[in-house]
Amino acid sequence: MQTLIEIKKLNLFYTAFHALKNVSLEIPEKAITAFIGPSGCGKSTLLRTLNRMNDMIPGTRIEGTIAIGGTDIYSNEVDVETLRKKVGMVFQQPNPFPKSIYDNIAYGPRLHGIRSRQQLDEIVENSLKASVLWDEVKDHLKRSAFSLSGGQQQRLCIARALAVNPDILLMDEATSALDPISTLKIEELAQELKDRYTIVMVTHNMHQAARVSNQTVFFLNGEVVEYADTEKLFSNPSDQRTEDYISGRFG
Amino acid sequence: MSLLEEDTGRKQIAQRRRMDFILHILFVICTSIGVLALMALMVDIIMDGIMRFAPDLFTNYPSRRASQAGMKSAIVGSLYMLLIMAPLSFILGVGAAIFLEEYAKKNRLTRLIQLNISTLAGVPSIVYGILGLTLFVRGLALERSLLSGALTMTLLVLPIIIVSAQEAIRAVPKARRDASFALGATKWQTVSRSVMPSALPGVLTGVILALSRAIGETAPLVMIGGLTYVAFLPESILDSFTVMPIQIYNWISRPNEAFHELAAAGIIVLLIMLLLMNFAAILLRNKYQKNV
Repeated sequence: MQTLIEIKKLNLFYTAFHALKNVSLEIPEKAITAFIGPSGCGKSTLLRTLNRMNDMIPGTRIEGTIAIGGTDIYSNEVDVETLRKKVGMVFQQPNPFPKSIYDNIAYGPRLHGIRSRQQLDEIVENSLKASVLWDEVKDHLKRSAFSLSGGQQQRLCIARALAVNPDILLMDEATSALDPISTLKIEELAQELKDRYTIVMVTHNMHQAARVSNQTVFFLNGEVVEYADTEKLFSNPSDQRTEDYISGRFG
Repeated sequence: MSLLEEDTGRKQIAQRRRMDFILHILFVICTSIGVLALMALMVDIIMDGIMRFAPDLFTNYPSRRASQAGMKSAIVGSLYMLLIMAPLSFILGVGAAIFLEEYAKKNRLTRLIQLNISTLAGVPSIVYGILGLTLFVRGLALERSLLSGALTMTLLVLPIIIVSAQEAIRAVPKARRDASFALGATKWQTVSRSVMPSALPGVLTGVILALSRAIGETAPLVMIGGLTYVAFLPESILDSFTVMPIQIYNWISRPNEAFHELAAAGIIVLLIMLLLMNFAAILLRNKYQKNV
């Protein structure tokens, strides 16, 4: 598998707090990579460096490099807007805009200058089909996004992220606010999407990582403890701390 | 242990319930006092003024003879002033609020500006009158004109609009900004397409309430010289003018009883106008909330 995201000696500080310590990782394309670890271990922070959402937190400082497809995303030549178009994100809480289902999906393409009604219709349909929501909503695209259930809203948010045609999809504990059935649907969806997109997911839920991901990274106190194929990490971890965590001895 | 036999517990609960009841009554009394005072005021004014609340009031200019006097020039003056200051104060106030909430760094300078704006919102309106007199009437040589009045009133309501617009903008969940940024939106795209549509009902409500305060203000306009006897309609923004509260103030300060009735009728007009504006604020809020 080819590496898409290459993180080298990454250190991240929130003012004085050292949140990520010397992280180096190679994330392959068209696969699901899961970040696991206890609260505050830095997994979400690392995820948010990949689309530079951390830039908006005052006092954040970064050392080291992150390259996506060979380009350093923190270099001056990279527009953060273009980066975020290529690296989509789905958040912990479903966060649709207070707009219609259609306008939610069309929000991204419109930002990037697509005006033609026909083109937008096409994008909306394809994105909703890709997130397996189309059949449920195709007859009332004008209805408010808030009329959907929580699980549907989250799939709408995934469709919204896909509408700007990203290469990478970041999922920041995207199922932690959902019921088990909705969670299952999102997991199935992630499985389908990995043929076309590189997915990086943060999850609180070890079983989810074990079920869905191809690779798993285990974080502790801002450091990568172990990075391996999911099967190996869960069946035969090489680090004692990983074993303690996945067997439920802490965290 | 039976639920019915805990005797000491029952006594204590009865006591707590009594306290509950007493406080309930007390709060009803508190509310009633305010409502009754307002009702008394309204009834008194309507009794005094209803006889003069007639077409003449709207079509006649002020006059020495109470029987012929009306407040046409004052009503039109108030409306004109509203027309000038509404867009001005909206653009300046909401613009400043957007800057402070979305763009300004949260440092000491911003906090200082913030503190000053909140303080300005509480400065007595006469002080704005003095400022307007120095700045617009004399400094910019706009004379005692409609424009001077409207600019002064804009300054008066600006802090109120800024503070209320900031609150409305702040109330927009951070998740909506994140969603927009994560799709590759710039700051302005996020503000204009995600934040402001959500904040607009609150912003508009604040603006309308601030404007309705300005409609009732007298002191700053007396200061910059809104005239009390205007027997014409202003034809340009540099004409002299009068507004409803000044006209009412003028009438009520005359000894002739007939003018007091006129003043009461004027107050009815003013109250209706305020009521309409507040009603508009509610309608606007509901209209936009439906889109949410």
